[in-house]
Amino acid sequence: METLERLLLGHPFFTDLDPAIGRILVGCARNLRFAPGEFLFRENEPANEFFLVREGNVALELHVPGRPPLVIGTLGAGEIVGASWLVPPYRWNFDARAVAATRAFGIDAACLRDKCEADHHLGYEMMKRLLPVMVGRMQAARQQLLDVYGHPGT
Amino acid sequence: MNASVAPDPMLPQPWRVQAVRRETADVVSLDLVPLAGAPMPFKPGQFNMLYAFGIGEVPVSLSGDPADASRFVHTVRAVGAVSGAIAAATPGTVLGLRGPFGSAWPVAAAAGHDILIIAGGLGLAPLRPAIYHVLANSERFGRIAVLYGSRGPAELLFHDELARWRGRLDMEVEITVDHADPSWHGRVGVVPGLIDKVAFDPKNTVALVCGPEVMIRFTVAGLRAAGVADDHVHVSMERNMKCAVGLCGHCQFGPDFVCKDGAVLAYDRIAARLAAREI
Repeated sequence: METLERLLLGHPFFTDLDPAIGRILVGCARNLRFAPGEFLFRENEPANEFFLVREGNVALELHVPGRPPLVIGTLGAGEIVGASWLVPPYRWNFDARAVAATRAFGIDAACLRDKCEADHHLGYEMMKRLLPVMVGRMQAARQQLLDVYGHPGT
Repeated sequence: MNASVAPDPMLPQPWRVQAVRRETADVVSLDLVPLAGAPMPFKPGQFNMLYAFGIGEVPVSLSGDPADASRFVHTVRAVGAVSGAIAAATPGTVLGLRGPFGSAWPVAAAAGHDILIIAGGLGLAPLRPAIYHVLANSERFGRIAVLYGSRGPAELLFHDELARWRGRLDMEVEITVDHADPSWHGRVGVVPGLIDKVAFDPKNTVALVCGPEVMIRFTVAGLRAAGVADDHVHVSMERNMKCAVGLCGHCQFGPDFVCKDGAVLAYDRIAARLAAREI
């Protein structure tokens, strides 16, 4: 457990985290490995885990009938995967597939939500870390929508 | 910063297309040689005016190796009548050429620094001469990184060179695309998201950025957030260049003529203007 705590707090998402909060979080965490092609989660499944990638590469995909899935984004070492565990109805909106051999921490979402609810200091700390990531991803998605490399004038 | 130009900068000289390489569905690279004399020297970041006889003239950046005195290389995307005619050229076609014109990437001044070369879409072409220069003189630089983004995998330029650069030990190359299907095993996302994927010392880094202006603005915001100073960021501007010598005013950008004072400009010089709709 000590090793998991040390590794978990070594993840960039938890940089400079109060060790006392880390000790609380580690009770919800586990180590995970995904083979290339393996899904971390599938669309519409319960969003019951929050993933922090340690190594590898994960593609967020949207399945479209009759054509190859559309890759919306990729996430690698040091990044987090999944936000749907944060907001009701706690179901995934996309598929997340390991593109390469991937190691990650999984944090049980119900466990984490309960701890955030019980300890607002912890909850606020998590919000301060999650919100910049979510805003950054929203801005990146907007840039992708702009299709800036498309033909001028079309 | 201007290199030597043809005796009359307004008079197109005849150059022959020596070879054509298809880069993507609508982008080709042309090797050009003069009908008389030898190519004049150019600096990374400079451009020529290319003239399709009877159709018109467009500015096109030099995309070849500045150390190769045997030819000029231009990478052209067919988007209109003139660029379409130039992109349709075959070996033997004669085009009119003026220049080289404009300012250059500050590759000499960047020596001793880490260097980030950041390109979006066709913006890799004007940066390729700078990459050639930096790699030929890599011992003069700190860490070298190329960050490149395109619309999709099929729109990536210079596939073979990207693969070679990725195999080098003296540089990092990170590539992303806006959209892909699962057959693409690389990154999907926007160029600014690559900035934190490579190692550099923000206090001692020079960044060269070229691509669509929206991509430039978001990329510079990412560089600023990473701690790179505005005066260490250089961008290549695109405006409606016609005369290429600062006379006609079509490319005026506030107090600058992009053709003469740019196209490469220090970001701190133009930062306030980039966000202004009225310019």
